[in-house]
Amino acid sequence: MSTNTLHEYRTGWKRALIETKVSLTSIGDLMGFIMPTGIAIVVLLFMQNADFEGAPVSLGSMNMPSLIGMNVVFGGIMGMVGALAMDRTNGTLLRAKSMPGGMTGYLVGHLASTAMFIGASAVALLAVGLPLFDGLSFATPDRWMTFLAVLVMGVVATLPIGAVLGAILDNPRNMGLVMLPVMGLVAVSGIFYPITALPGWLQGVGQVFPMYWMGLGMRHALLPDSMAAVEIGGEWRTVTMFAVLAVWAVVSMALAPRLLRRMSRRESGSAVAARRADMQRDW
Amino acid sequence: MGHPRTHAGPAIAVSDLRMRYGDKDVLTGLDLEIEAGGVTALLGPNGAGKTTTIEILEGFRGRSAGDVSVLGVDPAHGDERWRAQLGVVLQEWRDNGKWKVRDIVTHFAEYYKPYTNPWGADELLDMVGLAEQAGQRVRTLSGGQRRRLDVALGIIGRPALLFLDEPTTGFDPHARREFHELIHRLTDLDGTTILLTTHDLDEAEKLAERILILAGGRIIADGSPDQLARAASTTAEVKWIQDGKLQIHATEDATDFVRKLLATDDGKVTELEIHRASLEDAYLELVAQFEAGEAATAVDAFKEVTR
Repeated sequence: MSTNTLHEYRTGWKRALIETKVSLTSIGDLMGFIMPTGIAIVVLLFMQNADFEGAPVSLGSMNMPSLIGMNVVFGGIMGMVGALAMDRTNGTLLRAKSMPGGMTGYLVGHLASTAMFIGASAVALLAVGLPLFDGLSFATPDRWMTFLAVLVMGVVATLPIGAVLGAILDNPRNMGLVMLPVMGLVAVSGIFYPITALPGWLQGVGQVFPMYWMGLGMRHALLPDSMAAVEIGGEWRTVTMFAVLAVWAVVSMALAPRLLRRMSRRESGSAVAARRADMQRDW
Repeated sequence: MGHPRTHAGPAIAVSDLRMRYGDKDVLTGLDLEIEAGGVTALLGPNGAGKTTTIEILEGFRGRSAGDVSVLGVDPAHGDERWRAQLGVVLQEWRDNGKWKVRDIVTHFAEYYKPYTNPWGADELLDMVGLAEQAGQRVRTLSGGQRRRLDVALGIIGRPALLFLDEPTTGFDPHARREFHELIHRLTDLDGTTILLTTHDLDEAEKLAERILILAGGRIIADGSPDQLARAASTTAEVKWIQDGKLQIHATEDATDFVRKLLATDDGKVTELEIHRASLEDAYLELVAQFEAGEAATAVDAFKEVTR
């Protein structure tokens, strides 16, 4: 790695710190995270009175870890797609292109700040969830390690997926094309109800995507071992979980640089202006 | 002050540049050479291909054909070292709106550090007149302030060549005047070569030492504001009253024509007037015809006038 490339990565890291500072001091950014998550937690609190087929832990407590897993996937994919789409419309990406090493700095910065945001929100959810929900276990180092490993694996898998989708999607108008399928995945990934309640073919669909495995991994980290009985095959399938997430990470990491380069190459002032005119026509 | 010059030739050299979108030819053989230093304006009606030209020079857009050299490098293959010598100010930038002004300037300076000694944030903000806004978020700036920030970010790496694309579009007269003063300050500072596009002749005359008029996909006039003005006014209209009747005559040598006229009129010529077409008249005519979809006629007529 040349010294200039190293400098670009370092500058990207500085960008990540500024972005994080900006997010944490912008009410809009904070509310965008707090509102939906807060609503989800309140719903889960009501679900504490229900249980699933006599399982030792309430449905609410069962879903709390799944919510953390879902949040990582959501944050990783939508965080990247949303930023790449918006930053192409407001010229942030073009600005990056106009500076030496700017595009590398931008991408490193955005990947790092999104990762930090996901990590911080997972820890925040954990801090809120542990005292509120009965039956979660997070007292021993092996639990901490599992939580951390699943979290890191989730970030590594979903950020490049988000980058790929964001690079393909060239207009914020089409964000729904990513948003809706991801929401649909929540329904078939056993986040708010055990996946075993679904018909077999839907279970199959759910198990293709990272959302299910992130939920499973977080349940593994936070629920008593006896809860594995509720899962498919009656076990946590730890190796399979890491393997599926790793496959997603490797495939999307292989695709992302090529697609991002293509996206960068196509960026110009008139492209930005055309996109903006297009959006104004619609709204 | 700026980058040390790393090549000996002109800052920009373009020959037979062609650009075609689908079956529409936007540039049809553009030739252009700009020496280092000074301000050059690329003037033309909207849709004449100014932005396309400048984006090709900036390396943001490929081209259909032709040779292009910017600071001695083909923009299609420019590396980061080349990029560091350019400054780019686009028509409308709304990036990083939530950042504080000083943060954005400090951070963007970082990118140039491996290549040059960029401006310090306070010094630069002071120069573009944004010292008081340093702690504000970028999106709270007015249109004129935002554009001055864009200029600051454009020159932050002390570029050898600065591109300004329609820098004052949408400005009120006060903001426009302040912006013009800023450009004058830039040219006084160092040997930065500036290429700006505008559709406003008045702006081009105020800012540029050399004006290139782009229409019909190529450069149709090239010279200092003065030269162009003189070229545009070679054809004069001579009007007078003789025997109670209005006489009109168009001529290229009005002085000679009038001398002969008065030598033979026996005192009958009255109310003599010589009217020279100004550059503004010629340019407005060009724009009007261009917008009416008569691009070819417009170009021919303008060339006739400024030949």
